[in-house]
Amino acid sequence: MTDPSILFIKEIPNIDTAAQPLYFPDLNLDQIVDTITARKSDYNLKPFFFTPLTDPDTIVYRQDVFRDIHDLNLLAGLKSFAENMVQVRRYLGLVEKLDFHYHKEGWILEAALKYCQAVMDLEKELAQVNLASAGLLSVRAFLTDYVHSTAFQGLYQEALTVQRNLAAIRYCIILQNGTVRVRNYEGEIDYSQEILKTFEKFKQGAVKDYRVELRESSGMNHIEAKILEFVARLNPSEFKALDRFCEQHSPFIHPVIQRFDRELQFYISYLDYITDIQRRGYPFCYPTLTRNKEVYAKDTFDLALAYNLLYQEKPLICNDFSLQGHERIIVVTGPNQGGKTTFARMFGQLHHLANLGCPVPGKDAQLFLFDQIFTHFEREENVRNLRGKLQDDLLRIHTIFQQATPQSIFILNEIFSSTTLKDAVFLSQQILSRISELDAICVWVTFLDELSTFNEKVVSMVSTVSPENPLERTFKIIRKPADGLAYALSLAEKHRLMYEQILERIHP
Amino acid sequence: MNVFLLYPDRDFNPQEKLPPQTEDLIQDLEFNTILNAMAKGDKFLFNVAKQTIFTSLTDPQEIRYRQAILQDCLNNESVVRDLYQIPIKSIENKQSQWLGIFSNYPGGILSSAVQFLEMLVGLLHQMKQIVDQHASNFKSEGFQRFFRMIQQELDDAYFEEVEEHLQTLRFRKGVLISAQLGRGNEGTNYVLRRPNRQDDPWVLRLISRKAPIYSYTIAPRDDHGARAIGALRDRGINLVANAVAQSADHVDNFLTTLRTELGFYIGCLNLAEQLKAYDEPIAFPTVLPADKRSHSFMGLYEVALSLLKNQKVVGNDIHAHEKDLVFITGANQGGKSTFLRSVGQAQLMAQCGMFVGAESFEANVCHGLFTHFRREEDATMQRGKLDEELSRMSVIIDEIKPHSMILFNESFAATNEREGSEIARQIINALLERKIKIFFVTHQYELAQSFYEKNMPNILFLRAGRQTDGKRTFKLNVGKPLPTSFGRDVYRAIFEK
Repeated sequence: MTDPSILFIKEIPNIDTAAQPLYFPDLNLDQIVDTITARKSDYNLKPFFFTPLTDPDTIVYRQDVFRDIHDLNLLAGLKSFAENMVQVRRYLGLVEKLDFHYHKEGWILEAALKYCQAVMDLEKELAQVNLASAGLLSVRAFLTDYVHSTAFQGLYQEALTVQRNLAAIRYCIILQNGTVRVRNYEGEIDYSQEILKTFEKFKQGAVKDYRVELRESSGMNHIEAKILEFVARLNPSEFKALDRFCEQHSPFIHPVIQRFDRELQFYISYLDYITDIQRRGYPFCYPTLTRNKEVYAKDTFDLALAYNLLYQEKPLICNDFSLQGHERIIVVTGPNQGGKTTFARMFGQLHHLANLGCPVPGKDAQLFLFDQIFTHFEREENVRNLRGKLQDDLLRIHTIFQQATPQSIFILNEIFSSTTLKDAVFLSQQILSRISELDAICVWVTFLDELSTFNEKVVSMVSTVSPENPLERTFKIIRKPADGLAYALSLAEKHRLMYEQILERIHP
Repeated sequence: MNVFLLYPDRDFNPQEKLPPQTEDLIQDLEFNTILNAMAKGDKFLFNVAKQTIFTSLTDPQEIRYRQAILQDCLNNESVVRDLYQIPIKSIENKQSQWLGIFSNYPGGILSSAVQFLEMLVGLLHQMKQIVDQHASNFKSEGFQRFFRMIQQELDDAYFEEVEEHLQTLRFRKGVLISAQLGRGNEGTNYVLRRPNRQDDPWVLRLISRKAPIYSYTIAPRDDHGARAIGALRDRGINLVANAVAQSADHVDNFLTTLRTELGFYIGCLNLAEQLKAYDEPIAFPTVLPADKRSHSFMGLYEVALSLLKNQKVVGNDIHAHEKDLVFITGANQGGKSTFLRSVGQAQLMAQCGMFVGAESFEANVCHGLFTHFRREEDATMQRGKLDEELSRMSVIIDEIKPHSMILFNESFAATNEREGSEIARQIINALLERKIKIFFVTHQYELAQSFYEKNMPNILFLRAGRQTDGKRTFKLNVGKPLPTSFGRDVYRAIFEK
């Protein structure tokens, strides 16, 4: 049996040192991935998110795993497996730092039990469901063998017995000044219950909890160690069994379980990120990846924006796009702050995420299996030397064209906006014709209406305003010729205080 | 043990959210003046009075329950005020002796809780004595139940039991703690135990000789060890410290509840005292269920006005049976607003179990009282003003329900009379349809007249009276709307004096 992986089909490539793609900041993908991987740094997940796949089979392989997790409601179960494994590692880390013999062994036992439970729960969880993905099926096959192996069963049964016997021990401590005495418990009654009973009659409602949260498992001082030593002397056979267990069974984590635990986080962390957005009613879908350039998406949105709007009242506006036939280039024009940049980012995000094998924002999507994404976003920087800046811009674009292929995607946002209009039109048209010649896919946000009718590869899309109130942006980017704005005004509140209205408002 | 002096079957909730119209009611009905008279400068009493008054009762039974208790208070004023001193003393003691549980380690919590509890138990003793002495003079169901409870629950045996605990809790002989092994073989479930043979000096003798016992004594300079033992002791007494502290809180809360619930009646006593000084009558109202319609009273006066003027003021006599709508028309400054306020005040006072400012008073309860008074601000911006009035009305519509009562004072007059009347008609008709009781003060003749012409039996028309010499009587009488207002009189009074 080859070791199963849920991220890769064949070879497991060495991507652990992959760097963040250059287009990440422009597309706000850096925000997205930072949030997704926040608090998950132990797993080193970023390389997975930095590396779009080039093999369509592997993309489908991952989509299938996502589907299984989502459709079969596996997320909670898988998370609890992951949390258990976190605990296991935490306990074992603790053991390294401890001083006293039975204290260390106590935590090894705890870790072993947690590990067994995690593995068995996972096996049970996966056994109950009708898996469809090749990835999870291979993991399940491994788990079934492993859980029923004598090695695993021996580990588990012995840990249980040892622990049960230790937990049954009860003892008494008598503290008087500087002396500690330890003996067996002799059935003395609980004094705090008596006190509560006496004063219970005054109870008016809940009162403050005065129990002090005394630090737990913060190690063991020499007094506690002494007490443990006495308890071990009072109960020698239980502690001998613990010694035996530790000698025979550590280390106990299987390498396949270890890798699964890491790879699983790719799925869990991404699903966690999109779950709240989904719950708000915004759709996600599994895109079809294609090598022809007819791409589309329906009701899609900027994922980073959606996440940021989660805790605000503002609604998120969904948009569509499609490129049909010869169409390759979307030129977006329209009023400022109308969602043009968001639209451009969204287009890039969608492609990157789709090529990772992730579900993407939208009801339905067909996206391009790209080789590279190139972005150029105009920064609002303090430009002292216009000529120098223009030169830098063109140099950068030149470099891009040296690397770009017909399979590349361009996302350009308000480039040349700091040059003169005449220059901007000229330069833009030059670039546009090169992209056309290359036959690459491109989204171009610009204030130059001229570009929207450049040639038959260009599709014009416009950010729109409310027909009643031109100050109100709709954030809808729709396919239509670039044009001016429509103006109208709206008016007047109503207080709903007429006879019929009041009758409607007050229930009899 | 429950105080139950405000409700027969539940505690008063000082945190209960007040209806959204509360601040409007306070402003429109001059209620701060009444609350201040009840509080006599005590912020706590002010808040209790406010909370009690604005969380109106609607069940006549519950209202009568409070009326009986308040009657007892009026009859035994000094005993009630003495009783009220018990929780007050608790507060004073807490402040002067720094009592209370502020520590954040179990040893400190335990010792401060024991001290606190000792003080509280002393006050309970005092309360018991007052009760034993005076219980027989109280006739109301509420007080009788409360006193009976004190006598039964706080008998001598109980005080002895408490005393014994307070002694034991000083742990002069060390502590016995049971424990188990938790995760990582760390001790857990530390529970303070009471020794098995209580007569023995327990630490030494309770240990059976046969069972092994291991002992360790820290070295004299082992500060670390001493701290560790201290920490273990804290773990052991954590739960018992919590138990004692919570017990102290229970007793403290009991006294706080007593303070709150008695506080309302103390406020009533304060108000009664002042009204008596101005020779104003007070009366316990007869309350009818919400679906009945009655407003019938003698000498109903505006309490806040009397308090402000420090004197007896004019009262009104009205008998409005089976009336859903009362129109009050007539002379400016003829006492219309004053009358409207007195109606609102009496309604709120009646529905919290208080007496009202009248010789006699009968009314049905309402499910929520609302006021829509014309506000004086920005009189110049007429259009803005009507908008403001309408939006205020709209807020009321969101809250109002059948058998609510609403008082309108010169509402919807911020536009011309025809439009204003039309708006008011639409609103009044809809409210009547939804069984809402209305008092409407207006100088708009057209509005009142249009209802008068309908000749409906459930509408009563009152008019601010005036004598033939043009002087106002400030008394209202039954009377149909008259086409002229008396603004000229007011003008004359001001400009031609």
